[in-house]
Amino acid sequence: MSKIKVEAVTKIFGRQPEKAVELLRQGWSKQKIVEETGMTVGVNQVSFEVQTGEIFVIMGLSGSGKSTLVRLLNRLIEPTSGRILIDGEDIVKMNAEQLRNVRRKKMSMVFQRFALFPHRTVLENVEYGLEVQGVDKQVRREKAKEALALVGLKGWENSYPDQLSGGMQQRVGLARALANDPDVLLMDEAFSALDPLIRKDMQDELLELQETMKKTIIFITHDLDEALKLGDRIALMKDGAIQQIGTPEEILTNPANEYVERFVVDVDMSKVLTAERVMKRAETITLDKGPRVAMQLMRERGVSNLFVVDKKKSLLGVLTVDAVKKAHSEEVSLESVMETEIPTVEPDRILHEMFDLVAFSQFPVAVVGENRRLLGVVVKGAVLSSLAGKTEADFHRQMRVAEGQAREGQPDDRAAAQQGEVTQNG
Amino acid sequence: MGSLLPKLPLDRWIDALVDVMKDSLEGLFDLISAIIGNSVAGLSTGLTALPPWGFIILVTLIAWKISTRSIALFTFAGLFLIDNLGYWQNTMFTLALVLTSALISIILGVPIGILCGKSDKAQNVVTPILDFMQTMPAFVYLIPAVTFFSLGAVPGVIASVIFAMPPTIRLTNLGIRQVPKDLIEAADSFGSTGGQKLIKVQLPMAKPTIMAGINQSIMLSLSMVVIASMIGAKGLGADVYRAVTQLKIGEGFEAGLAIVILAIMLDRLTQHIGKKKESRGRI
Repeated sequence: MSKIKVEAVTKIFGRQPEKAVELLRQGWSKQKIVEETGMTVGVNQVSFEVQTGEIFVIMGLSGSGKSTLVRLLNRLIEPTSGRILIDGEDIVKMNAEQLRNVRRKKMSMVFQRFALFPHRTVLENVEYGLEVQGVDKQVRREKAKEALALVGLKGWENSYPDQLSGGMQQRVGLARALANDPDVLLMDEAFSALDPLIRKDMQDELLELQETMKKTIIFITHDLDEALKLGDRIALMKDGAIQQIGTPEEILTNPANEYVERFVVDVDMSKVLTAERVMKRAETITLDKGPRVAMQLMRERGVSNLFVVDKKKSLLGVLTVDAVKKAHSEEVSLESVMETEIPTVEPDRILHEMFDLVAFSQFPVAVVGENRRLLGVVVKGAVLSSLAGKTEADFHRQMRVAEGQAREGQPDDRAAAQQGEVTQNG
Repeated sequence: MGSLLPKLPLDRWIDALVDVMKDSLEGLFDLISAIIGNSVAGLSTGLTALPPWGFIILVTLIAWKISTRSIALFTFAGLFLIDNLGYWQNTMFTLALVLTSALISIILGVPIGILCGKSDKAQNVVTPILDFMQTMPAFVYLIPAVTFFSLGAVPGVIASVIFAMPPTIRLTNLGIRQVPKDLIEAADSFGSTGGQKLIKVQLPMAKPTIMAGINQSIMLSLSMVVIASMIGAKGLGADVYRAVTQLKIGEGFEAGLAIVILAIMLDRLTQHIGKKKESRGRI
């Protein structure tokens, strides 16, 4: 069962909201409703599901209704119609006390402008959620201190918010939300008010925390890069309605409509694509072969390096043309001339973090999985062409179809088939 | 115009209303009268319990503690001058009068202000009443006040409260409404009840504004002491009133100066009560 299920939720601002909901059902546009009735459609029949432990990013420009939507989830704004199920219970139908309990135990919110209480110390801010629950003072102090340590603010307990930098203040905001140990975190443009560098740190830290916390996070942002970096899935909003829901890659490579396409056209692909996605098939050899076979292979495949693997496909090293020639002329084993100090990356490493590695390595960078199992290699050309962005990707999508037909019956080559041509091009 | 419609007998209606209230609410008026009368008397007895020099030292020390050295110095010199001029007793009585009306203004005004801050309906009802209280000339309600509470300090306090309470209500309302929206959202999002939100967030945040309102109420009730003296309230106001009617310019100036000293002292001290604590927590 999904953690949060939102069904056709609508928010109308105006005098006769029910009437506007009816008009929306009849297919009227937001624009038409505002012109004819003067009512504003905040959120238009939005439906989505969020799984436990998922980071679900809702992104859109200002006025797209994303901040209204997140406030509907904990009813800081009352929905006009629709259902919002949390663990199967409809928040919309709850009375004040039930709602308060959900807010206290299940959902916490982090705000764009931090919304720390200026008259309370950092520690008192963090323990606020527990304090209103009536938790014993000693216990809540302990929990608040733990939460502060978690976000790296140990030692700042007795400071006041205005003595902290923006980044630190938002850490307090995060700690305050975590102190209740909620299942769901609602983060409303939580990092948007921070400097770019601090923002990046906070994003990294959130991802790191999420590794261990496994909260269900709903993250609102207007920044596509942030959405792509954090989101397991992204919902793109415009005019109060969701345009597309999908993984970052789905949104980039397969935009649902022109709006989404326009939105993603300038995306830095290197921050989305992973090593796995751009790697090509590695040309491999096992150590029971001799130098002659190696030279033969290199000629056949048109490559200057061979990756040496064992029977289980674990990476042992790499052979260059010169090394193979040397082994051949001096009649020594391949093992003795093999280069073992070679750069490797994990399959989920994003391209952006591999630039240096790829640029300064004399061999292709090996992508290895568990037990150093060789999955493929990333060459300079792949990185370069990924930077060329979507237009190139479009071109290669067509290429891929052609290649796929040519390589039918070789399922192992899927990755290479997807991106191999990129390498040749670059 | 008068020929089209006969004049509304508004004056007779009010007279009738006052008569009815006098008869039917006599018990209530007696009770209010007793409470106010006793608190003024009690306060002025308390204030004069210490000899003047004891009081002067005590207040100077308090001023030193909660505000700046120069204000403490002014307090000392001012009170010393009042005592020297021979207005000590009446100053203490005026102070008791002012403190009583300020206290009533706070006790009634802050809750009404909070109500207005939380509800637009309450605000819409209360605002015109406040306009009425502040702009209706004081002499107009002095007469019914005397009818209900007879002569003396009590109707003086009532008149002061009517005139002085509106700033406390208005600024409490303003202070509550000025709490940033995201802080209210934060308080709500963590599941605060209305009361928790009020006590833990709204009131602490609104405190400086509320204190400004209370400060204004105190100053305004001080400005009513001369008018109150016309219906028999004793104190510095009575001194001024007598001096004016007897054309004793010098005496009038002395009593007036005592009022000014009292006013500046009260103003500076109440201004610092809110602020000092606020900044003390910060390093």
